[in-house]
Amino acid sequence: MITASLIGLPLVFGLLLLFTRGEGVKRVALAASVITFLFALFACWTLQQNPADPNLETNSVWIASIGVNFHVAMGGISMILVLLTCLLTPLIILSSFRNQYENPSTFYALISFMQMALIGVFVAQDGFLFYIFWELALIPIYFICLLWGGENRGAITFKFFVYTLFGSLFMLAALIMLYIHTPANEAGVHSFDLMSLYGAHETMTAAQQGWVFWGLFLAFAIKMPVFPFHTWQPDTYVTAPTPGTMLLSGIMLKMGTYGLIVWLLPMVPDALEAWGPLAVTLSVISVVYASGMAIVQQDFKRLIAYSSIAHVGLIAAGIMAYTPGKTGTEGIAGAVMQMFSHGINVVGLFFIADILLKRTGTRELSKLGGIRNVNPQFAVLFLIILLGSVALPLTNGFVGEFLLMNGVYQYSATAAVFAGLTIILGAVYMLRSYQSIMLGESNSVTASFGALSGSEKALLLIICAAVIIFGVYPKPLLDLIQTDLRSLTLLMAPAAN
Amino acid sequence: MKPILVLTGLGILTLLAELFRFRKALFPLVIIGLLGALAATISYAWYDDGAMGTFINGMLRFGSKEAVSFPMITSAIIITTALLWYLMQKDFLSDETNETDHTALVMFMLAGAIILTCFSNLTMLFLGVEILSIPLYVMAGSRKNDLHSNESAFKYFLTGSFASGFLLFGITLIYGAVGSFDMNVIGEVMMDTAKAQPSFLYAGVVLLLVGMLFKVSAAPFHFWAPDVYQGAPTPVTALMSTVVKTAAIVAIANLFLSKVLGPLASFWAPVLAVCAALTLLIGNISAVMQTSVKRMLAFSSISHAGFLVMAVAAVGSSMAPKAIYFYTAAYSIASITAFTVLLNVIKAHRNDNVDSFNGLAKKNPLLAVTMTIGLLSLAGIPPTAGFFGKYFIFAAAFTSGYGWLAVIGILASLVGVYYYFRIIIAMYFRPADETAVTVSSLHQVLLFVTAVLTIVLGLLPDLLLNISAMAEGK
Repeated sequence: MITASLIGLPLVFGLLLLFTRGEGVKRVALAASVITFLFALFACWTLQQNPADPNLETNSVWIASIGVNFHVAMGGISMILVLLTCLLTPLIILSSFRNQYENPSTFYALISFMQMALIGVFVAQDGFLFYIFWELALIPIYFICLLWGGENRGAITFKFFVYTLFGSLFMLAALIMLYIHTPANEAGVHSFDLMSLYGAHETMTAAQQGWVFWGLFLAFAIKMPVFPFHTWQPDTYVTAPTPGTMLLSGIMLKMGTYGLIVWLLPMVPDALEAWGPLAVTLSVISVVYASGMAIVQQDFKRLIAYSSIAHVGLIAAGIMAYTPGKTGTEGIAGAVMQMFSHGINVVGLFFIADILLKRTGTRELSKLGGIRNVNPQFAVLFLIILLGSVALPLTNGFVGEFLLMNGVYQYSATAAVFAGLTIILGAVYMLRSYQSIMLGESNSVTASFGALSGSEKALLLIICAAVIIFGVYPKPLLDLIQTDLRSLTLLMAPAAN
Repeated sequence: MKPILVLTGLGILTLLAELFRFRKALFPLVIIGLLGALAATISYAWYDDGAMGTFINGMLRFGSKEAVSFPMITSAIIITTALLWYLMQKDFLSDETNETDHTALVMFMLAGAIILTCFSNLTMLFLGVEILSIPLYVMAGSRKNDLHSNESAFKYFLTGSFASGFLLFGITLIYGAVGSFDMNVIGEVMMDTAKAQPSFLYAGVVLLLVGMLFKVSAAPFHFWAPDVYQGAPTPVTALMSTVVKTAAIVAIANLFLSKVLGPLASFWAPVLAVCAALTLLIGNISAVMQTSVKRMLAFSSISHAGFLVMAVAAVGSSMAPKAIYFYTAAYSIASITAFTVLLNVIKAHRNDNVDSFNGLAKKNPLLAVTMTIGLLSLAGIPPTAGFFGKYFIFAAAFTSGYGWLAVIGILASLVGVYYYFRIIIAMYFRPADETAVTVSSLHQVLLFVTAVLTIVLGLLPDLLLNISAMAEGK
């Protein structure tokens, strides 16, 4: 019941928020999300005590006539992403404290609904349920971007919506394809259960497997996004209101990478063998291309958007490079670690971009400068988050990136060389932006840069603490996923023969 | 038979209302009558003997054991939609035309629609189609002084009677080949694969198909639809794109998804698949170019016909009949929502341009939210009923080997999102103008009910699917 309640909680809070009036609504939203976070910690503690705790699983019939169950459960990988979601949601709400949004109750209710859908995606054990939550996540974020976004938001959010819907409809087609190849019960109804879907490939031809592979990969690649399906992303990230951008980059893109691990890797082994190299190549191209694009950006928010593509490209490469019998599970472990770290770091970076815009009215690198002279405190906090993002040892980014590089290297040294560029190029664009924003002489725009407010300071401190803690001591997270990695290896083992 | 009797009786009673001056009581009377017809339909679920559901020498069949569920459920869907529609048209249609005549026409038309769900004789098919169509010809032209309305009626009548001709010719050829109008007899002859069929039988099937595809406005027989839908008074348009479309597709399903023409599937299924693909492409692409919301809904209703025809083409899947009635239910409810909102917007703005929806979210949140739910359902996005409708159809298409058609369906849904979301964007994103939009309390209730139904069917589709399972268990 714990997992199901974890989905239900944000839903109830969201409905509650919808009918809360007045200025206090953001505090209510914050309190509600903190309660959800504490509950998630409780779930995590339960999992650590006993990974097979029956309380973590709910399996009841939902739509009997097409074999769909409401089946949710949490293993280590799901748990890390749920934790990330529940940790980031209060931070995202906190980040909006100094902004005045029109209709705040709708705004915070939508964030809460979004949280519900995201948790649902990470815990669903039924293909149909997974698809429903996947789509449900799209609707709140669409309205958040449409109603509170920046200039030209109509066209841009629309492109985002259609683009991602395009991918998910192909995912639906792929899931149906798998579904009709699962064994039917006596009433002629097949099953959408994850375990049944895993077995579906046995009765499928190589060509059918190929279609399924690309249907699923397309959906995940668009969500992350991976080159060449990324064209919606920079515009959407820049136009969305900052909490929306944080939701998109911090949590929503993890839907794609999570999907790769759980819903693609073990699904169609023959197709993985045939098409996996192409997927890895696209991911590596993504890394190099996006890093290059980030270097030439002037708008800090857009720069972070491209850096996000680069990071997620490496995650995707690490996942797709996993070949049982050839490579170890380091790539997957690294991917999970990096999903967690990237979520935290990117939220921090987007928050910094938001602070810059609010104080100075611009995010153009060339117009900023010398903020360190005015506000050294801010400069230090920014630096810590930035170092996490460029994966300096002893920051959280390092652990994941190291394991990812290890995984990719075991797969192909050439791919690792190109993917490794992300470390160098990442340092180039991040340090360059730090230099132009923080160092040098202060100018008329930045001279009046005031002190940080309480909520801003609290948020940045929490993020910096996470950057350092998980950089120095990542063991609890790594321990959490060991069971899942073992079962993944077992699941995919026959494919190696 | 009972629902047909109730509806016809109601129609005659309505005509008497003018004579005996109880026009004021008409509205509650019709509501009670429709509920009665609904109850009469549902009561067939309690017959356990197949013979009880057969009427007029077996020309109508509600309850032969194999098909017990389909006529009953589809009749129930048609009557329920008509009930919702009747609540919607109050104060809109009666404003400008003679209320009693109009209501009587609708009742007769409904009787025709019910015949189409349960015919088991080809003469009944023809009668049903004509009873359904003739009142509509009149109603399309009911705004006597409006040129568009006249044009609509004229076009509908000319093309419609032409299609009826095709239909009749097809029936004749099939009779020529088989020697009977009775569908059971035809079915037996078709099953007998040993005997070679005369080639004009196939011509007959094609002509029958043409006549029926015309009625559902599937390409390439859709050209009448946009002008007729746009010219007719908006409530009549709503009726055409819900009740009439449902009845016509159900008639097609009765013919083609059953043992009557089912054995010839290898001959007609590819033809229908191509028609479905064409309909989807033409309907959606044309809808994108419209600025009039009413005309856009007309093209979108063509594209929905494409999805329904796709379900018929997927004859190999046991899912197909379920997919059809679920889809029509979801589509009808969502269309009623959309047309109700459209009616109110037209009333306030005196035009049906997309711009009239600008800022509706600020002016009237109820209209905007229910319209959003309705449009999401039409676009097929979860958790609305429309999503499951599309899902069942895609699943049926995949199972019966029409993967390519399902892919075209997916692309078409994406295009659909484009034009439905244009209205959503206008409602939430564009600045509002001065014109106030008010809604009567009856419409508020109606919108609330349809929106809730859309969500409930989207979360628990088994509510509707299990009804058929219950009936099949008999």
